[in-house]
Amino acid sequence: MFYREAGDFKTSYVDDGQTFPIRFDRYRYYAVLVVAFAVVPFVINDYWVNSIFLPFLIYAIAAIGLNILTGYCGQVSLGTGGFMAVGAYACYKFMTGVDIWIGGEQYALPPINIFFSVILAGIVTAFVGMLFGLPSLRIKGFYLAVATLAAQFFLVWLFNKWEWSFNYSASGQINAPERGVFGVAVTGPNTHAWAAYLFCLVFLTILAIMARNLTRGSMGRKWMAIRDMDIAAEIIGVNPLRAKLSAFAVSSFYIGIAGALFFAVYLGAAEVGEAFGISKSFLVLFMVIVGGLGSVFGSFAGAAFLVLLPVLLKNVLVSGLGWPTDLAAHLEIMIVGGLIVTFLILEPHGLAQLWRVIKEKLRLWPFPH
Amino acid sequence: MLDAPEGYTTEDGRKIGGVVMEMKNITLRFGGVVAIKDISFDIREGEIRAIIGPNGAGKSSMLNVISGFYNPQEGEVWYKGAKRPPMKPYQVARQGIARTFQNIALFDGMSVLDNIMTGRIRQMNAGLFSQALWKGRAEREEVENRGAVEKIIDFLEIQHIRKTPVGRLPYGLKKRVELARALAAEPSILLLDEPMAGMNVEEKEDMSRFVLDVNDEFGTTIVLIEHDMGVVMDLSDRVVVMDYGRKIGDGTPDEVRTNQAVIDAYLGVAHD
Repeated sequence: MFYREAGDFKTSYVDDGQTFPIRFDRYRYYAVLVVAFAVVPFVINDYWVNSIFLPFLIYAIAAIGLNILTGYCGQVSLGTGGFMAVGAYACYKFMTGVDIWIGGEQYALPPINIFFSVILAGIVTAFVGMLFGLPSLRIKGFYLAVATLAAQFFLVWLFNKWEWSFNYSASGQINAPERGVFGVAVTGPNTHAWAAYLFCLVFLTILAIMARNLTRGSMGRKWMAIRDMDIAAEIIGVNPLRAKLSAFAVSSFYIGIAGALFFAVYLGAAEVGEAFGISKSFLVLFMVIVGGLGSVFGSFAGAAFLVLLPVLLKNVLVSGLGWPTDLAAHLEIMIVGGLIVTFLILEPHGLAQLWRVIKEKLRLWPFPH
Repeated sequence: MLDAPEGYTTEDGRKIGGVVMEMKNITLRFGGVVAIKDISFDIREGEIRAIIGPNGAGKSSMLNVISGFYNPQEGEVWYKGAKRPPMKPYQVARQGIARTFQNIALFDGMSVLDNIMTGRIRQMNAGLFSQALWKGRAEREEVENRGAVEKIIDFLEIQHIRKTPVGRLPYGLKKRVELARALAAEPSILLLDEPMAGMNVEEKEDMSRFVLDVNDEFGTTIVLIEHDMGVVMDLSDRVVVMDYGRKIGDGTPDEVRTNQAVIDAYLGVAHD
């Protein structure tokens, strides 16, 4: 009844090309933004932030990043965990002050503000991603997936062995020192729940809007052209080298930022094999597939699905039914796995497609003719 | 009349200019197979140039040479008065050569509008940051090019399917969208690889009309591969006939029609 295009005439190409062409959608989007920024920070506590909001926000960034590469540009990647590790370790180096040698002398740069450390970590990861994206020019599909798998294993190995990367700490771990923005701590043990939440939310909001802009513009069309038919794309003037590498760069930028936030804000301390192993790569890939390939909304939905579902199941099984925790933990994995398979059989194009179908129906509701 | 270097005017009053592209002694081999053997011909500005021949004659290979998909082992391609070095297809596209494919090669996951907008890559050069912020050059280019694309959508009468995903369209419309995508690049030479294959009479008439209109309205030079002789003879100004990778005829439709080698190639000769 409210969700319709009728009467909402577009008189310019700018209006016609906007992200939410339907008025109701637009208001819903503003409402979500207002709630996320102005209501949620005042009502959440540590439990909500640490078990739900932070993982959701951070995985959503990683999922958008992988979606740009896999969903929009069609290049399958299993290196997400490795790229997140690059982001995390780069962020660690920047926030503790990078030490460099010039002519045998050691110089230490001053620590960089955490906000810029995270962005710089993204940029470093973008370059690393481009490097590992080079094979995509010659190989496609499963073979490329295997090549990116090499990136995953190599990067984890690198941050295990390269002592400079973890500042020669005896444990091989990296620990986020207390850092703040405008005098409010966002990393370290004294961080308030709302500060950590807002810090990640700002990144997610900006990055999601940028992803949407990139994918609806000429860059996104180049990526999708490569994905849908690379030969035709080249014939009409898309440089495949630049299109693929730009997708790798942008995607890795997002994943690097996700990795930096995951380490600095969410975990606080990380060991590379533990935090950024191959299971991370698969988790983010599942989010993208369950959420919907080639959709920014799908990345959100997929991240929410895979973050919330285990928490929900745990609450139902342990608190609701009173099962022992260890039994619940194992069953939880089985149930999540089963649900993913069932879900993909019912809706192979992911949650985003489900959402699209609902919107199609809503446009006609309650008068279907 | 065909020897006039400055061009000439056709019987129906269209202006044909000088030579815009010239193929000189092109030979293309795949291993031991010779796909094209020592072929030379020229393409004049503003004309409709057909390439015909039986199956496997090397017509599509010829088109692939022009669009930079294959680099011939021997011979030269001259474009706008300069010899063209070996190029990648996307570089050729940027020189203003667009094409359609024998088997439709649209981007199935994108809407009709996005497909045609992709054709305007040459005209959109906004940087990554401008695009990410959707400000400045990116937004301006998007609006300008959308305007140009809408003109082409009007021209080819596909307004009603503007936002439809291409995968859902019927065959005839897909062919038309592909033509629209090629046209969106504002090419100086448009290569059409069997634009009427698999169409019924009515669709063929529509397509022929569009091809003529494109040539007439935008002055686009068109190189056309087609099997339907009626269409070829009606549309084209000059025809190249190929058989087994060789050129066996070149001239106006009337000249080609009476050429003995061409008749032999199409009807077969008695071996005695």
